Amino acid sequence: MPEPPQMVNLTINGRPVQAPAGSLLIEVCRANQIEVPSFCYYPNFSLQAACRMCLVEIEKTPKPQTACTVTVTEGMVVKTDTPVVHQARKSSIEFILTNHPLDCPVCDAGGQCELQDMTFRYGAAESRFEEPKAHRDEQQWSPVVYFDRPRCILCYRCVRVCGEGMDVWALALGGQRGVGSSIIPNRQDHLECEECGMCIDICPVGALTSGPYRYKTRPWEMRHTGSICTFCGDGCKTTLGVRNGQIMRGDNRDKSGINGDFLCIKGRYGFDFTRGEARLRQPLVRRQGELRPASWAMALEAAAQGLLAARQQQGVGVLGSTRLLNEEHYQLQKLARLALKTNHLDHSRSADLPGFLAALARHASSSATPWASSQDLKTAKAVLLVGGDPTQEHPLLAWNLRWAYRLHASRLYILNAGDIKLRRQAHRYAQVAASGFDAALAFLAGSGAAPAAQLTSVPPAAINTWPITPVSPISQLPDGLPEFLAALRQESDVIIVFSPQVQAAALASLVQLGASLPGQTRYIALAHDANSRGASDMGLYPGLLPGYAPLSSPAAAQWERLWGGPLPSEPGLDAAGMLDAFNRGDLDGLYIVGANPLRRHGFDAAPGRRKGFLVVQDLFLTETAAAADVVLPALCAYEKSGTLTNTCGEVQWQRRAADFEGAKSDLEIIHELSALLGHDLGTSSPERIFQEIRAHVPGYDVSWVQLHSGAGALSHLPPQSSVDASPLVRISATPWTRSADGLARGQTLFTDGELARRSVLLNSVMERHETNDAQ
Amino acid sequence: MPHPAEIRIVSRRFGNPEARTLAGYLADEGYQGLEKALAMTPEQIVEEMKASGLRGRGGAGFPTGMKWSFVPKQSARPKYILCNADESEPGTCKDRLVMEWDPFSIIEGMTIAARAIGSRQGYIFIRGEYRYLFAIVDRALEEAYAAGYLGKNIRGSGMDFFLYTHSGAGAYECGEESALMESLEGKRGLPRLKPPFPAIVGLYGGPTVINNVETLATVPHILRGGGAWYAAYGPPKNGGTRLFCLSGHINQPGVYELPLGFPLERMLQEVGGGILEGKPLKAIVPGGSSTPILTAAETAGLNMDYDSVARLGTFLGSGGVVVLARDTCMVKFALRIIRFYRHESCGWCVPCREGTHWLAQAIGRFHAGQGRPADIKLFEDVASNILGRTFCPLGDAAAMPILAIVRKFRAEFEAHAATAACPAPAALEPQSA
Repeated sequence: MPEPPQMVNLTINGRPVQAPAGSLLIEVCRANQIEVPSFCYYPNFSLQAACRMCLVEIEKTPKPQTACTVTVTEGMVVKTDTPVVHQARKSSIEFILTNHPLDCPVCDAGGQCELQDMTFRYGAAESRFEEPKAHRDEQQWSPVVYFDRPRCILCYRCVRVCGEGMDVWALALGGQRGVGSSIIPNRQDHLECEECGMCIDICPVGALTSGPYRYKTRPWEMRHTGSICTFCGDGCKTTLGVRNGQIMRGDNRDKSGINGDFLCIKGRYGFDFTRGEARLRQPLVRRQGELRPASWAMALEAAAQGLLAARQQQGVGVLGSTRLLNEEHYQLQKLARLALKTNHLDHSRSADLPGFLAALARHASSSATPWASSQDLKTAKAVLLVGGDPTQEHPLLAWNLRWAYRLHASRLYILNAGDIKLRRQAHRYAQVAASGFDAALAFLAGSGAAPAAQLTSVPPAAINTWPITPVSPISQLPDGLPEFLAALRQESDVIIVFSPQVQAAALASLVQLGASLPGQTRYIALAHDANSRGASDMGLYPGLLPGYAPLSSPAAAQWERLWGGPLPSEPGLDAAGMLDAFNRGDLDGLYIVGANPLRRHGFDAAPGRRKGFLVVQDLFLTETAAAADVVLPALCAYEKSGTLTNTCGEVQWQRRAADFEGAKSDLEIIHELSALLGHDLGTSSPERIFQEIRAHVPGYDVSWVQLHSGAGALSHLPPQSSVDASPLVRISATPWTRSADGLARGQTLFTDGELARRSVLLNSVMERHETNDAQ
Repeated sequence: MPHPAEIRIVSRRFGNPEARTLAGYLADEGYQGLEKALAMTPEQIVEEMKASGLRGRGGAGFPTGMKWSFVPKQSARPKYILCNADESEPGTCKDRLVMEWDPFSIIEGMTIAARAIGSRQGYIFIRGEYRYLFAIVDRALEEAYAAGYLGKNIRGSGMDFFLYTHSGAGAYECGEESALMESLEGKRGLPRLKPPFPAIVGLYGGPTVINNVETLATVPHILRGGGAWYAAYGPPKNGGTRLFCLSGHINQPGVYELPLGFPLERMLQEVGGGILEGKPLKAIVPGGSSTPILTAAETAGLNMDYDSVARLGTFLGSGGVVVLARDTCMVKFALRIIRFYRHESCGWCVPCREGTHWLAQAIGRFHAGQGRPADIKLFEDVASNILGRTFCPLGDAAAMPILAIVRKFRAEFEAHAATAACPAPAALEPQSA
């Protein structure tokens, strides 16, 4: 335990106050509900003392001091409410307004502008400045970022969030001196950056505005709903501003989610896939070889008839999604097992959670909770990152890792196949061949000498090669691995973060390594999509029930009792097996929910060339949907309510923000289809279904308060010893992942499966980057 | 030619081209200070400096010995000694003469300072506009290295000291010590937050002493002659002599070394040869453009030392004495000053960036005949709102002279507002302009 900080006593406005020694006065004032305004001061970034709004009087100092730079000391006497202080604030506002245009009525920030608020609170009623104001035309720096220079009050927040926060350093103070000073982008007239939009959100005024939102609406015309981002697995809160049922803006201004200040480009701007013309607005049924619009009743009836017929023959497979809500995953696997009576059930897997839980059960030394939350990462003493590129695939986790490095001197150990950006923060870094994780981890786990043979001339596997720099084959264990291990063994509190590159046997080594470290070891399993973890936890596996219970385990009987029906006992086909069987004609029906394997898996489902029956449920007429017999249009995550589990296992409540005419939620479709298939799934209330999950799925007994507060309720998924015997680990060793055919680029800052493909903004950013690269 | 009233210590080699060479410097008692210093402990050197009463000649007048004593003895990072040769204060032109005529005195002074604080490395940061001085200073450095007065094991003493020149890029702000260090590190010339002060965290994060050219050039003389000898030249706590830069409406403008406490009246009439064209005195700027102006009446009986000038609410500053004759337009003078500070404001903090711009625009309009009586209070208010509220002293440097001019010459401002123009230009403007 860290020693409690030494406390000092001071007096603020005549009130005795206690605070930890070394705290900034401005923070102490605010913690005690004493108002001290500021523009340039921003918690957890470097100090600027530039705006002079926080001047306060301190006894024994001749002139007012900036509360943002003074640390509290014993006996300090502070006054924040004197005529001198009020006059100083008023004059600072007056100075700021001299060159700030009063175009509030047309400014995007109008209505939620800190300068506007402060002018109302502290400013003068009238302007004494009569000289002409400097005007400069606005500039577009990227598809996302616009700069309106006269509005800029030079608080340098954007410079710091981009540099210190994002480690991108694309903005700086430049231009001439004095009133000629200006924020400038890194490429003269445009930005080359991660397009996260953090600079825009942190801007206290309307100097930085966003391309997708500017001039579209006013803040007070929108209804604001705290939602969970539907792209990657990090589970950031994004507050969606909705007008007339349409999402206008995403941000996290109230910082109430697990992501604090942070959001990446997808969480902030990727929502525009929801409004595209490509969204399906009515069901489609194939007649005379053509997909034709149909009513919901007709489409569901056709789907049910086709699937029932297939069930009578060689059976039906169900391929689930990685973005559906937990309740939908949970009900979908019930539909498969109880209505379609099959274990041919899978999803697009990323993290090998069954393998990991089995390894934990076998090797973990303690039964203490082995999971780390995203918040734990922010204050971690040490982190071991194995594989993956969080900057691209898990932007929030990368932000948290940088945070821990910058503010808590966290030591980051990286074992990776590529020269990832987080290497800048690495305390130790070891490069392995893309398929060398098994051997490297075996070495680190101490299971014998370096198995050099395994590593000799291993070609870099065809993993995501963009943006990871491909590396040449490594014939030896990486240089410095023993030193890497020696340093790691000095750590007493490590969070191990592992990517889907670490599977099966490597996971066993990883857990052995974790168990061999002194002190506490916690884990984060990186899973790609918004609810990959939920799909896995809810049992979208051919051989595992919710909570990773094998079909033959005692838990299976309990599930049967709860669900009131017999469960099929034969393990089913996995995703690759199902697609293959359907291609060959060995499976007569396939129900695909929110997945598009046609583009990625050589899966050929063209109507003329298959004999099976294909039902696809999706937001868009994907390549797979276009080949289907029945297409059922679904709502996206922002249009429905329920729970999601992020990559750390944090369960969060998704609130419905927007509306969409014509489509139904996946939950509703699953329920209606199941009823037509002959099995009534009961209530379709997400709250009631989550209550069932909470009561019966191990690890999901999370607190309702946390679930709804936005703090993120960490599920305590227990180790699963019995998984070990199942053949699953072997199956997941050849994972059904993206990029197998080279078409999809894998998950990056700007790409993320079907949704990102349909985002105009994300596509425009990529085009712009490609154009810039070409020049 | 030196004036008979001058006491030439730091300027003793001015006018002697031989002193720019090591041989000439040595022939004129050069390096005797370092010789003594090498036989002394660092503590003894600092004590000698304290005894001399030497106060910084850059502007702030901080006691030099005390500044050196703040540097911690032990430091994990290298310690640095910096020479601030970014002489930019309007009315000041003395450091250039030291560099031009006596570069070795700076090198010797810095070597002594390095010994006193335990530094191995130093830089002379010369303002970009002084490009012609680089040839002189760099040649002196080369000679000093070649003769073993710089580099490893200086003159067999076991002491190492490496000294380099570095060019500024033309920013007044870089005369502020922390902005100078930023610039030296290759960054934009912006001031740093203090504390920490340079003595603890300075250049590249190491403990750093930064002194003005004249200050450092005085150090060898103090070591050679002794602190007490030097102190005896001035009144108590105002040790020694300093270079005064006489400019403005004066018959013999120039740089003169006079003992501190020298009467202003004699400085103007004897040393400076009287006011231009025999006009009556209107005001003087006592120590560079940032120091509040003194009216002729206020200067009666004034002795030019730090404490006497401070009693009048102004500063001896950088030694730049600007003389203003009776027919000077004070509105125009204020405009000249504020335009300079607007141009030089680094822009980091709000009051200085916006305030100097506002004042420059408003006083410009006022002087051009668009003034109103209410503007006078506005100038005072805006300047007051800059004063004491800025990140670094540049804001004060801009606000103080404006406040003083407006308050002390209010009638002239009122006359401008009343006539909507510069009144009776013939009476106000200097005839020679």
